[in-house]
Amino acid sequence: MWPTELFGRPLLPTRSFSMIRQSFFERNLRYLFPLPALIFVVVLMVFPVCYTFFLSFTDWSLTSGKPLNVVGLKSYFDVLKEPRFLEALGRTFYFTFGAVIVEMILGITIALILNRAFAGKGVVKTLLLLPLVATPVAIGIVWNLFYDPTIGILNYVLSVMGLPQSGWVSETKSVMPSLILVDIWQWTPMITIIVLAGLAGLSSEPYESAKVDGANARQVLFKITLPMLMPTILTAVILRAIDALKTYDIIYAMTGGGPGYSSENLNILAFKYSFEYFRMGQSAVMLVFLFIVVMGFSLGVMRLRRAFEL
Amino acid sequence: MLVLIIIPILFPFVWMLMSSFKTQVDIISWPPKFVFTPVMQNYNRVFVEQNFLRYMKNSVVVSVVSVVLSLILGLPAAYTIARYKQQKLSMFILIARLMPGISFLMPWYIVFSRLHLMDSYVALILSHMLICLPLVVWVMAPYFDSVPRELEEAAMVDGLTQQKAFFFILIPLSGPGVVTATTLSFIFSWNNFMFSQVLSQQKTRTLPIAVYNFLSYVEVDWGAVMAAAVVIMAPAILLTMFFQKYVVKGLTMGAVKG
Repeated sequence: MWPTELFGRPLLPTRSFSMIRQSFFERNLRYLFPLPALIFVVVLMVFPVCYTFFLSFTDWSLTSGKPLNVVGLKSYFDVLKEPRFLEALGRTFYFTFGAVIVEMILGITIALILNRAFAGKGVVKTLLLLPLVATPVAIGIVWNLFYDPTIGILNYVLSVMGLPQSGWVSETKSVMPSLILVDIWQWTPMITIIVLAGLAGLSSEPYESAKVDGANARQVLFKITLPMLMPTILTAVILRAIDALKTYDIIYAMTGGGPGYSSENLNILAFKYSFEYFRMGQSAVMLVFLFIVVMGFSLGVMRLRRAFEL
Repeated sequence: MLVLIIIPILFPFVWMLMSSFKTQVDIISWPPKFVFTPVMQNYNRVFVEQNFLRYMKNSVVVSVVSVVLSLILGLPAAYTIARYKQQKLSMFILIARLMPGISFLMPWYIVFSRLHLMDSYVALILSHMLICLPLVVWVMAPYFDSVPRELEEAAMVDGLTQQKAFFFILIPLSGPGVVTATTLSFIFSWNNFMFSQVLSQQKTRTLPIAVYNFLSYVEVDWGAVMAAAVVIMAPAILLTMFFQKYVVKGLTMGAVKG
């Protein structure tokens, strides 16, 4: 027999599990492989978030020339007393609920309509994706053109139909609904696509027994399809709602928070406090609130989803 | 019925494309014109006068490098998450997807300024990686999960180390998943506005910022702005058209079981 080992190391590539000598790297693969990613996330996410949290307890302002002072909850009180903050907070919820509820209903409806084989389904799916992958800034620009009170096509359509024209994003009372409409246009397709995938994964047994039992279409829809889709729908809702709470690009590109402050949400306001007023301490407080809102919401819906799965 | 769905979706894109070929007079005319003589002056304005190619280069550099680095970091992490059920790690990385970007942006701004890294590719790439890396993990962990372990184990019996099995066997097999992760990450990095807005200035400005600035420079020269918008959306739209299947898979992964 020829030697299969030399100086303790296997000579030939062929080795059975009993003869394996794994290198240090291989033995600890499960720790070493994710290590770079972990380090990256810790350095670039955890430290900054902790720093933000810390800053929320200071009254630091870059432009005041004063050094950083830890002031406990003072900045929290300052922010909570600021009416602009409370309005932004309210608008964040208003925007999110308004947009997500419509997107859900519309998205599910469209998915149900599209849920059959037809020629060109792939093309339709591609078209559905377009609003999702389009650059929000560019979308904002196009919609600003649609919304322009004098040259925009929407007011033209309204005038042709004999309806009163709107100021859309230039008027305080219509700016939020106008922005919500843009969000609906952009993100309803995502709900549709997710629900379509969910529909494709449903088993057919309940439908067959329903047919045998003589259920009509509405009963099938509300008592079979929708309940089975609930986990999927709720996941889509979480994803969409979290992103809606954080909406920034569209609002900034279209109105910059205006007219005045009337379209500011929490994210935009925090941005302004950080990078226009440089009041880091107070903006950190706003970010803490935004974080609490987002996290609280995610946990809440996740709990709801678990309830539906069981 | 289908038409009712398709028209509202497509109309803004069509209008944008049309407007990019209109003269200013045609755009602001009332009633809005559907028939007009197309002109190229807007694109001329965008590319020649405003030096858009440089912004395109910046966007390409930042997005490509971010995606590549995110794959390098993310694929191994997704692998161990799938094979060793590292749920906590998974949650940890995915939280980056849920958190508002601005909560990192503020400290980054302070730190990068101190390190003189503002307006550098380094800062931009690092920030974009925080978008791409969770996406890579989110897409690839369930994907690796669905590939049977036996393939790597067979390779290991034949003498490959586990890391080699991962690299030479599993990854080539995971082509579709990698395409999905890459396409999605690229698109979201390409479209990113907030990070680039704060961290880049003259040198490294990316397309979304350039488009936005266009609005102020040219004082609502609608045609030029529309041309800029077409330019910036073109890659994402082309990618989507070619990789529609993968984009859909990426978006629905994690939302739908099985």
